[in-house]
Amino acid sequence: MGLKILTEHINVPGIETYETYRKMGGYRSVEKALKTMTPDEVVEEVKKSGLRGRGGAGFPTGMKWSFLAKPEGKPRYLVCNADESEPGTFKDRVLMEKIPHALIEGMITSSFALGARTSYIYIRGELMFVLRILEKAIAEAYANGMLGENILGSGYSLDLHVHPGGGAYICGEETALLESLEGKRGNPRNKPPFPAVWGLYGSPTVVNNVESIATVPWIVNNTGDEYAKIGVGRSTGTKLISAGGHLNKPGVYEIELGLPVEEFLYSDEYCGGIWKGRKFKAVVAGGSSVPILPAELFLKTAEGVPRVMTYESLSEGGFVSGTMLGSGGFIAMDDTTCVVRNTWNFARFYHHESCGQCSPCREGTGWMEKVLHRLEHGHGSMHDIDLLVSISKQIEGNTICPLGDAAAWPVASAVRHFREEFEWHVRNPQEATKPGAVFNKSEAVLA
Amino acid sequence: MAKITFDGIEVEVEDGTTILNAARKIGGNVVPPAMCYYTPLKGSGGKCRVCLVKVTAGSAKDPRPMPKLVASCITPVQDGMVVENTLSEQAMEARKGIVEMLLINHPLDCPVCDQAGECDLQNLSYEHGTSGTRYEEDRRTFDKIDIGPLIQLHMTRCILCYRCVYTADQLTEKRVHGVLGRGDASEIGTYIENSLENEFIGNVIDVCPVGALTDKTFRFKNRVWFTKPMDAHRECETPGCCGKVVLWSRGEEVLRVTARKNEYGEVEEFICNTCRFDKKEMSDWIIDGPRHIARASVIAANHYELPVINPHLVPDLPAHVVDTQIQDQN
Ligand SMILES: Cc1cc2nc3c(=O)[nH]c(=O)nc-3n(C[C@H](O)[C@H](O)[C@H](O)COP(=O)(O)O)c2cc1C
Ligand code: SF4
Ligand code: SF4
Ligand code: FES
Repeated sequence: MGLKILTEHINVPGIETYETYRKMGGYRSVEKALKTMTPDEVVEEVKKSGLRGRGGAGFPTGMKWSFLAKPEGKPRYLVCNADESEPGTFKDRVLMEKIPHALIEGMITSSFALGARTSYIYIRGELMFVLRILEKAIAEAYANGMLGENILGSGYSLDLHVHPGGGAYICGEETALLESLEGKRGNPRNKPPFPAVWGLYGSPTVVNNVESIATVPWIVNNTGDEYAKIGVGRSTGTKLISAGGHLNKPGVYEIELGLPVEEFLYSDEYCGGIWKGRKFKAVVAGGSSVPILPAELFLKTAEGVPRVMTYESLSEGGFVSGTMLGSGGFIAMDDTTCVVRNTWNFARFYHHESCGQCSPCREGTGWMEKVLHRLEHGHGSMHDIDLLVSISKQIEGNTICPLGDAAAWPVASAVRHFREEFEWHVRNPQEATKPGAVFNKSEAVLA
Repeated sequence: MAKITFDGIEVEVEDGTTILNAARKIGGNVVPPAMCYYTPLKGSGGKCRVCLVKVTAGSAKDPRPMPKLVASCITPVQDGMVVENTLSEQAMEARKGIVEMLLINHPLDCPVCDQAGECDLQNLSYEHGTSGTRYEEDRRTFDKIDIGPLIQLHMTRCILCYRCVYTADQLTEKRVHGVLGRGDASEIGTYIENSLENEFIGNVIDVCPVGALTDKTFRFKNRVWFTKPMDAHRECETPGCCGKVVLWSRGEEVLRVTARKNEYGEVEEFICNTCRFDKKEMSDWIIDGPRHIARASVIAANHYELPVINPHLVPDLPAHVVDTQIQDQN
């Protein structure tokens, strides 16, 4: 059994209540930080831990915290990004639903470290029932003196609010989230200025993912050095992976970073292998935005080195033969999966979710979707395949926010690794449009 | 002050100036195009992405190149920064791609569009676009909307630059929102109708880079290149209106009144609806003289001033710039 930091008590009955959570050792970090540490000491521990943001980009959390501007006379804010809308990612939801107090404890300790007096949890609008769970837990925390004025007699006061989104994926992008929280249309902002200088209501703000924040209490309780011992190299600690797709045991797993991918995929402790005894075809390893990889390249790098679950190992090979750990949304696909159809589906998502501010993303996402629709439905041409790559290049890197890249990468990587399958759709339109039809490499060679 | 090198030309500007404005100080052909940025409108820019440039050195202190192309209209200069626009193949290639994106859903109905001849999108496509299209799908269309008796919104032509939204926000009261929907289904919202009561809403017509917002008192009256532009003014009683306009006339007939725009298509001073829509007689105005149109558009054909790099700024013009200047002369 791997070490569990976030999910150790997830199956304890009643863990969603303050009483049980406290009995299992909860809120110790609040006591420790507020009574025996200075805010800077907490920041220092998080820096030492090497914790990297769990929202997708993997930016070191301690470093982000130390960039926070501290001008006189302006409040500072901590905002928790609980918008979790990336296809394939559903770990934050499970954490908040099962152990809401873990996030609240993290919010208190982290807010203390950053000097925030008001903090927000911005939660995906579709998760109204989780919002209710959180609100109940927050009320309990207030009742027990963990929130509000003068927490535990330390002189530190904090108010915590939960705010639902309106159902837009783009509001998970941190600056769109801030706009939305301010009551405006959720358009990403131009950067710089970054939220650390100009965030919520024009004040310095830190935006962190649910999982990042929920990890802070363990770091405060056990020191950053202890946390840094878990994992491999610059990928320290544990990570929640939402495993979905064609697996025997889909679910949310907490893994120690550095776990061999083979073990994660095939061992019974985790995914238990591909379902129905089928063959493993491809994987999207870190949420729908990251490049798709064929099974062989996922299990081993192009040089034949077995991959492990770390930021570095998964991105080995760059965009040519690697992918990214991203937000940990792991989507496994068996050999009945049509990559063209899957790519079209992702493209449809990004087309639907683009905010429409910048021209390459607004127009390009829709264009890619239309071309993919054509290919999938047997009306495509060979030249459409190159067109897709060309459109994705015109978007990539030229937009205001990373949604443009997120829309471009899945398309570009699918064509890079599964070009034959796209070509098969062009050559055999009648075959390819039959329900359930899938390209089969060996048969195609014969034909 | 910060000294930067833009397309091989050195220029010194105030700290905090954007790359685009530094380039405009140089002037001429090196200036990147801008479809959404608009100096008089706070917060504008960053959206259309046609002004992308390559920063090959971030600053004197940190001379590393920037990893991505940056939007020159919103990126402030740093002392010692080196920027490439026309010299960067990557920037020119990206611009071509973005022009294509702006055009795929555009109706290309220039022959029946009032904006033709003074349209920023026409100019942009002419300079940076390609002649064919790779887009085979149906184009997005919207119904025309009359937003009040004076302005028509033809959303199909809109490039979502948000300029009219900022104009309505910053010049008129009681406005609520501008863009509805998202992605390529975004549209300029009819909430804008609510502000039509306002004396300054007519300015959305002038800021619109394309023919999406047009003056209903001028619609289909004439092609802009047949009309004669003249600077004129009157004592306007509307608080906040400068009363300085351009009259577009044919013979004695005033067909259209607009604000005065500089060479980048930016309004110098906003005007009120009374000046724009109600004062259509020569006798309403005191004529100041002919209007020089310094932009590369069809209307400028007879009054065309070549884009010239400010000579006092650059005594020794680099060879590639001289070349393009000379080509233009021919
Ligand atoms: C389109 C888009 C959607 C995003 N959605 C989320 C999200 O749902 N949850 C999240 O934590 N981060 C999301 N992010 C990343 C955030 O912008 C931000 O980097 C993150 O919240 C920072 O937290 P971290 O440093 O703890 O990872 C998204 C980014 C983009 C570009
Ligand atoms: S990249 Fe897409 S989602 Fe991001 S700001 Fe631009 S249009 Fe909006
Ligand atoms: S209507 Fe004109 S000014 Fe308004 S967003 Fe569209 S193109 Fe820009
Ligand atoms: S002018 Fe700079 S992005 Fe539009």
